[in-house]
Amino acid sequence: MKKENFIWNAIKTGLLGGAVAIFICLIGMVEIFSKRDVIEKTITLGQFVLLATSVVAGFVASRRTLSLLGQNKPVPNLIAGLLAGLFTGILIALLVIFGNQVNLRAVFLNASPALYDLLTLKKGMGNIWVLPTAGAISGLIGAAYLLLPQILRGPINRSLLFVIFMALFSGLFRVVMINQGPGMEIAAKFLFGQSGLTLSGTIIFFIIVVAITMFWNNKGRDIQTSISRLPKNRQLSLRVLTFALIAYIALGLPLVSGPFIAQVIVTVVLFILMGLGLNITLGFAGLLDLGFVAFYAVGAYTVGLLTSYGQYGLQHIPFWVAVPIAVLVAMAFGAVLGLPVLGVRGDYLAIATLGFGEIVRLLAGSDFLAPYFGGPQGIIGIQKPCLGILGEFIKVDAPRICNGIELGKPQDIYYIAVASALLIAFVAWRLRESRLGRAWMAIREDEDVAEALGINLIQTKLLAYMLGAAFAGLGGAIFATLIGSIFATSMQLIVSINVVSLIIVGGMGSIPGVIVGAIALIGLPELLREISEFRFLLYGATLIVMMLAKPEGLWPSQATKRELHHADADNITAENLI
Amino acid sequence: MAPILTAKKVTKRFGGLVAVNAVDFEIPEKSIVSIIGPNGAGKTTFFNCITGFGKCDEGEISFEGTPIQRLRPDQITKLGISRTYQNIRLFADMSALENILVGQHVFLNSPWFSAVLGTPKVRKEEKTALSEAQRLLNFVDLKGKGDMLARNLPYGAQRRLEIARALATKPKLLLLDEPSAGMNPRETEDLTAFIHRLRDELGITILLIEHHMRVVMGISENITVLDYGEKIAEGTPAQVQSNPRVIEAYLGRGAATEGMATAHERYTKKAG
Repeated sequence: MKKENFIWNAIKTGLLGGAVAIFICLIGMVEIFSKRDVIEKTITLGQFVLLATSVVAGFVASRRTLSLLGQNKPVPNLIAGLLAGLFTGILIALLVIFGNQVNLRAVFLNASPALYDLLTLKKGMGNIWVLPTAGAISGLIGAAYLLLPQILRGPINRSLLFVIFMALFSGLFRVVMINQGPGMEIAAKFLFGQSGLTLSGTIIFFIIVVAITMFWNNKGRDIQTSISRLPKNRQLSLRVLTFALIAYIALGLPLVSGPFIAQVIVTVVLFILMGLGLNITLGFAGLLDLGFVAFYAVGAYTVGLLTSYGQYGLQHIPFWVAVPIAVLVAMAFGAVLGLPVLGVRGDYLAIATLGFGEIVRLLAGSDFLAPYFGGPQGIIGIQKPCLGILGEFIKVDAPRICNGIELGKPQDIYYIAVASALLIAFVAWRLRESRLGRAWMAIREDEDVAEALGINLIQTKLLAYMLGAAFAGLGGAIFATLIGSIFATSMQLIVSINVVSLIIVGGMGSIPGVIVGAIALIGLPELLREISEFRFLLYGATLIVMMLAKPEGLWPSQATKRELHHADADNITAENLI
Repeated sequence: MAPILTAKKVTKRFGGLVAVNAVDFEIPEKSIVSIIGPNGAGKTTFFNCITGFGKCDEGEISFEGTPIQRLRPDQITKLGISRTYQNIRLFADMSALENILVGQHVFLNSPWFSAVLGTPKVRKEEKTALSEAQRLLNFVDLKGKGDMLARNLPYGAQRRLEIARALATKPKLLLLDEPSAGMNPRETEDLTAFIHRLRDELGITILLIEHHMRVVMGISENITVLDYGEKIAEGTPAQVQSNPRVIEAYLGRGAATEGMATAHERYTKKAG
C-alpha cells in the first residue's frame, strides 16, 4: 500500500513538473533563453531552466517520499526522484513527438520547429531519448540533494545561486574587468566567455563560494565576536571602511560600465526614490496607495514646465531651483489627493487611489489640457542641470549654454539621483524613529486605538501622504531631466504596481528592503533583455513564491519580522519565561 | 465633591435598537465609580459615547465643564480622558515601551522636520519621553520588559501595559472596560489594590465596567446599573445590592415580585 503510494506520488510530481516544462516551452521561454549560455558552449539558459524543472520535480517527489516513508530510506527516495525526473522528461519528449505530427503553431505561436530542434539538441527525432534520460538524471540529482547533510547543502545552495548570478551578468562583469587593463583582461577571458561563464570560471566560482561559506560556517561566529570585542573606535573605523568600500563601488560603477548600464542604474535609483516614498505611506502608515505614479508625474511635469526650452516651457529656471519647487508641488498634490480619501480604509483606499493615478495620467495626456501640458506630444527639451552661474529666470526658445560644467550624461544624473536617494533614506530613517514614525506605526496597527491615544488621524495620515508624494515627486523631477522629455504615456499604472511590488519583495517598512527590491525587480530585468520579455510572468511568480516562502520580504524590517513570525517568537518567550 | 464628568439624557441608537436610552450620569472628582449590568446592557456603548468612539445621538456630556459630545477621540484624550478596552487592544507588534511612547504622543510637539534634523530640542524631548515611559513601566510592574513585544507578554501583563499606555496620556479620568476579565482571584486582588493606588497616588478619577461582583462591590464608591440601555438603579454598593430591579435584571423575571410588570412593559415596548 505504502509503496504504491510513493511511486504514484513520484509519477504525479513528475507529470506536474512536465506540465510546467511544457508551459515554459510553449510560451517561448526556452527558445529565447537558449540564446544565452550559462556555461559557454556547454549549457544554455534554456536548457538550464528545463533541467531545473526536472531537478525540482525530483526534489519535491523525494521530499514527499520522505514524509510518507520516514527518514533513513535512501533507495525509495532516489527511485522517487528518478521517476519524477523521468516523467518530466517523457512529457517534454511527448511534446516533441506530438508537435512533429500535428501543427501546434495555430494555437501556440512558439511551438516552432526551432523549439523541437533545440529540445533534441539539433539532431532530429533520433535523439529523442535524450530528454527522458536527462530528466531522469536531473531528477536523481534533485533527490540526492535531499540526502546530503545540512552542512553541505548550505554551501552548495549559495554557490549555485552565485554561479547562476555570475553567469547571467557575465557580460557586465566582463566589460568592467576588460576596461581595467590588460592584466584583468586575461582574467576576464579566463572566467567569462562571450556569453556566460567558461567551464573553468564556473568551477573556480563554485569552489571559491563553497570554501568561503564553509569557512564562515565554521569561523563566522568567532570573527563576529572578535569584532564586537574590538574597542569602540576600531569598530567605528571598520564600519566606516565598509561604507567607504560600498560607496566606492556605487560611485565608480557607472564610470567603468558605460552609458547603457549607467542608465539602468539610474532607473533603479529612481525606483528606489519612489519606493522610499511609498514605503512611508504603505510601509510605515499602512495606507495602500495604488496611484503613486500621480506624484511622480507631478514632479516630472513641474520640472518640465519650469526648465523646458520647448514651446510649453513657462520659464527657464535652473534645475537646482526647479527641483525643490517640484517637490513642494508634489507635496501639495499629496495633500489634495489625500484629503478626500482620508476616511477610506483598506481595500477601498487602494481602489480610490488607483483612480487618482489614472485621472492624473489621462488629464496630463488629454487634448483638453494640451495647451498647457502638450497632450500626447508631451513636453520636450528639458534643460540638463548645469553647475555654474544661474542665468535670468526668463522664457527661452533654445537650449541655454551652460557657463560651467553641464551634467548631461546619464552618469552625471546618476550621481544626482544617488545623492537624493541617500538624503531621502536618511530622512525616512529619522522619521521612522521619531514620534511621527511611532504614530504611523500605531495607525497601521489599530487606527481607532491610535486616535483614542490622542493621535490626530487627519494630520498624521496627511503627512504620510505628503512626504511620500514629495519623495516620488523628486524621483519624477530627476527622471524628467534624465530623459529630457516627458510623455503622459510613461506615467502608466504599471509604474505604481512596480513600486508596490518592489516594496513587498524587499520587505514592507524596511529601508534597505526598498533598495534590494528595486535592484531585484527593476534592475535585473533591465539588464537581462531575455528576461524582460517575461517580466510580468516572472513578477507574478516571484510575488507568489515570496508570499509563500518569505512573506516578510528579502530584507525585512525588525517589526515585520516579528509580525510574521510571531508563532516562533511566542515559543521563544515561553521558554524564556520558564 | 464637584462632578468631573456629567452626562445628561445620553442616547445612542443603532438603527432601530436603542443601545443607550436617556441616561443621566455623574462622576464625582477623585472617586471610583462602576457601571454594571447584564450582557448587552449598553455599558460599553456608553463608554464609547464618552470617549468619542461612537458619537451619541442625543444628550450632552461635559467634562470639567467643557461639552465633549461633538469632539473627536483625540481631542477628548487631550482634555484628559483615557481608556482601556474590554478585549485588549495593544499595538501587538510594537514593543511594550513603544506602546507607552505612543501614549505620550500628545505631549511631544516638535514638528517632523526638526525630528529629521535631529535638533537638540527633539533629542531632549525624546529622552524625557523615554524616561517617563520607563517610569510608567516600573509603575505597572513591568520593569525590564520594555523591549518585549506586546503580543508576547503574559495576559495579566498585557492588561497592565494597556493601563500604563492609558496613563501615559496623563488622564484625569480613566475608563477601565472590564479590567479583571480573564484574571484569576490572585490577579484580581492585585488589580483592586492597583486601582486604589491609581486614585490615591495619582489622584485619577476611575470609571469601571466590571462583571466581577467582588471587585465591583469592594472597590466602588458608587454604582450605576444599566439594563437594556436604561439606568435602573444608582447608589452605594449596599443600596444597589438590595434593589429589587437590579436583582431582577440579573436573576431573571419573577425573582422580584414587581418585576413582572416591568418585564411586560419592556416586552411590549420591544415589540412596538
